[in-house]
Amino acid sequence: MRITQGCFSFLPDLTDDQISSQVEYCLSKGWAIGIEYTDDPHPRNTYWEMWGNPMFDLQDPKGVMMELADCRKQYGDSYIRFNAFDSTRGFETVTMSFIVNRPKVEPKLRMIRTEVDGRSQRYSFETVR
Amino acid sequence: MDGETEAPLPTTVDLRAEYESSGVRQLLEELDTELIGLKPVKERLRETAALLLVERARKSLGLSHHTPTLHMSFTGNPGTGKTTVALKMAGLLKRLGYVRKGHLVSVTRDDLVGQYIGHTAPKTKEVLKKAMGGVLFIDEAYYLYRPDNERDYGQEAIEILLQIMENNRDDLVVILAGYADRMDKFFESNPGFRSRIAHHIDFPNYENSELLAISDSMLEGQGYHFDDEARAVMAKYIDLRRQQPHFANARSIRNALDRARLRQANRLFTHATGPVGADELSTIKAVDLSSSRVFTMGRPDSDPAEKHDEETPA
Repeated sequence: MRITQGCFSFLPDLTDDQISSQVEYCLSKGWAIGIEYTDDPHPRNTYWEMWGNPMFDLQDPKGVMMELADCRKQYGDSYIRFNAFDSTRGFETVTMSFIVNRPKVEPKLRMIRTEVDGRSQRYSFETVR
Repeated sequence: MDGETEAPLPTTVDLRAEYESSGVRQLLEELDTELIGLKPVKERLRETAALLLVERARKSLGLSHHTPTLHMSFTGNPGTGKTTVALKMAGLLKRLGYVRKGHLVSVTRDDLVGQYIGHTAPKTKEVLKKAMGGVLFIDEAYYLYRPDNERDYGQEAIEILLQIMENNRDDLVVILAGYADRMDKFFESNPGFRSRIAHHIDFPNYENSELLAISDSMLEGQGYHFDDEARAVMAKYIDLRRQQPHFANARSIRNALDRARLRQANRLFTHATGPVGADELSTIKAVDLSSSRVFTMGRPDSDPAEKHDEETPA
């Protein structure tokens, strides 16, 4: 099942050139890019593993793309996303986030219905591989 | 950039027009007027500009071209304008389209080499990422290599640098800078660097007359000027200062001028009786310079570790 989180997730996967120009846009706004990866794309799994620290003071997307290449080498079969941090408010806020890498076979999200209190239903989701 | 790709390839290129339109001419002229002396450096810069321009023209005609190796080494004594020229070089490369952003990231050993095992690689990489698309200027590069300590982490930084210099030639230009003799030794022990650096530019020391011109233009930049007598004293100062230890060319001049301004302010403050005019406020007089310790020539600078290595303000 195709996971749709963050920007562009309803579009076909971005090519490296397209990713690079998105990063260029972020840098032109003065945002810092952080790379994160995970194998569990559950919507409640907000905090993914960080691939190094967010990258501040970059001028050129190449630096980010190099890190992405390194991250892919190690976690090529995971989800990798870029978070762009905006610091104009005095603290770093995620202003843009998009997935740049997906595993070959994406896990499914399965809905679980539980009956409680008579016939009321509780719904929860879990990732199924 | 110039739409060369889709149109049929042109058969001629007007190098003059390219020279004008790329802004290279303007930059070189700026260099000529702003930087005093440094003839061989300007010559080399002009040659480099010509090479890059021709290379770009070849590309636009579809002739075989290689991205030339652009890594450089600047050798020369302190205060001879290496950083300033590196800044200009970044602008030049940007205008010719050899780097994308054209910013200068200036670092020393401390910024590249870590303190403990596993600290160096991320540190070096972070600096390199910041320099991507621009120029990485490594000042006193020979400190990266410490032959006396074989477990020194500098070696690790060197290896990462070499790898990036080779693989990311389109993304950044590395300029190594330092004293000529120590750079030579550094290159001898790191042949990898020598072969990856195409342009060696040597920065000569300034002549006394050039230093005087520099001091004039520095003062002008700050909105001050010498009176005639002060200029003569300054010329003598330069002559004497050169013979003393820790002479750092233009940097010594800047320090001397800073102190002269300090003395001038002090003189105005203590001696002025009535209101002072703009001219008074912006004139450096002979007395502001002549109270410098350089003229008394008593003792040589005693403490070499002292950062501001010249005379203290009187």
